[in-house]
Amino acid sequence: MNDLSQGLAEAIYRVATLDPELVDITLRSLQVTVTAVVIAAAIALPLGAWLAVTRFWARRYVIAVLNALMGLPPVVVGLIVYVMLSRSGPFGVLGLLFTPTAMIIAQVIIVTPLIASVAHQALRDLWSEYHDLLISLNTTKRQRIATLLWDGRRALLTACLAGFGRAIGEVGAIMIVGGNIDNVTRVLTTAIALETGKGNFSLALGLGFVLITLAIILNLLIHSLSRTERSNLW
Amino acid sequence: MVASIFPLRIAGACVKRRGVQLIGPINLDLGSQGLTIVLGPNGSGKTSLLRLMHGLERPASGTINWACPDNEARSHQAYVFQTPTMMRRSVTDSISYALIVMGVARPTAREKAKEYATRVGLGHLLDCPAGVLSGGEKQKLAMARALIRQPQVLFLDEPCANLDGRATKEIEVILNDVRQQGTRIVMATHDLGQAKRLADDLLFMLNGCVREQGAAESFFADPQTAEAKAFLNGQIVE
Repeated sequence: MNDLSQGLAEAIYRVATLDPELVDITLRSLQVTVTAVVIAAAIALPLGAWLAVTRFWARRYVIAVLNALMGLPPVVVGLIVYVMLSRSGPFGVLGLLFTPTAMIIAQVIIVTPLIASVAHQALRDLWSEYHDLLISLNTTKRQRIATLLWDGRRALLTACLAGFGRAIGEVGAIMIVGGNIDNVTRVLTTAIALETGKGNFSLALGLGFVLITLAIILNLLIHSLSRTERSNLW
Repeated sequence: MVASIFPLRIAGACVKRRGVQLIGPINLDLGSQGLTIVLGPNGSGKTSLLRLMHGLERPASGTINWACPDNEARSHQAYVFQTPTMMRRSVTDSISYALIVMGVARPTAREKAKEYATRVGLGHLLDCPAGVLSGGEKQKLAMARALIRQPQVLFLDEPCANLDGRATKEIEVILNDVRQQGTRIVMATHDLGQAKRLADDLLFMLNGCVREQGAAESFFADPQTAEAKAFLNGQIVE
């Protein structure tokens, strides 16, 4: 209990004084996570929509695999990305290991199936509602996908926020591929793991409170900007 | 000058779903003029016939041919569903969507959409979300969305089924206006009064088959089948 109150006080103090280390770590966390979610959304949302409007023999299996990949163990993803990016790996020549880019790659792999799966489920319902109309209007497949993405934007925002939630709190994969290097790849979650390991619980908790607050503020901001829940008329 | 998609020729067409025959065999020709009412009790196959004509159902057997290739024919048709699908857009955007997917520029499509919305009596609701409209207004929006494509044939599946008398009258005024402008109309209904008010010719359906077809006047004056006579007398026909 003492650690909790000390952690809260630490968090308030560091935020109030705009502690340079905290600001640096927080900005890096946001940079890595937001970039990863944007890239993942660009892949996953059209994929989810395409799966909703397309019928092919392996569709069920693809959806089942996608759903299974939602629970992809981050540590395993981190390990695979590590092997691929290490000097002896196929992409070793790019020199990306222990950089924020490697962390973004790992997060994209973790988050894409989650966003695609949630998006597919939302758009599948919308497609069953729109099916006859869009066929009747003689739309192309591309137009159908674009229509679902636009008209389902509120549900897709939720999918992206779920992806953001998973990415911002992720530690296993980015610890492996990022290396938790001070001023280079240290983010909030890896800093929390480090401080916990050092027995510095109040600082770890302080960073944890910052992380939680950050996630809530960003969610509220996005909801506010996109006017979700303000009107249930669409 | 757009070539006519008529006549529509249906020869021995059957529609099946999960092995169960819904309608058929259907044999009929559809010319380019007038308003045809597809009449019959619930479950007689009216909706399936309209969906077959429009291409929303594929025939399990038999053929259905327009005077031009299917894809081209589809672009000159419009369909108003019994329960209209409301897109998550404003009235203007819902109507203009039908033109935008045909390749019309967005500003032009929106201007046209406002014109058609006003024409069907939704001019005061242009920016209103489609989802909050009343039943009658939704049906008018669906009509405007269909008409803005200037179709050669307009299919309507019981467009007034859930509407009160006033809304029904407003829809019928629009339909008469559309008919006078030369659009072919095929409309399913089980409302005898509406059929009498609107029909030029008539298809009477029962158990998935066309039992009687011909001019509306002669059908109402002298029906040829016992089932049609019973239906016109208000008896329950199965």
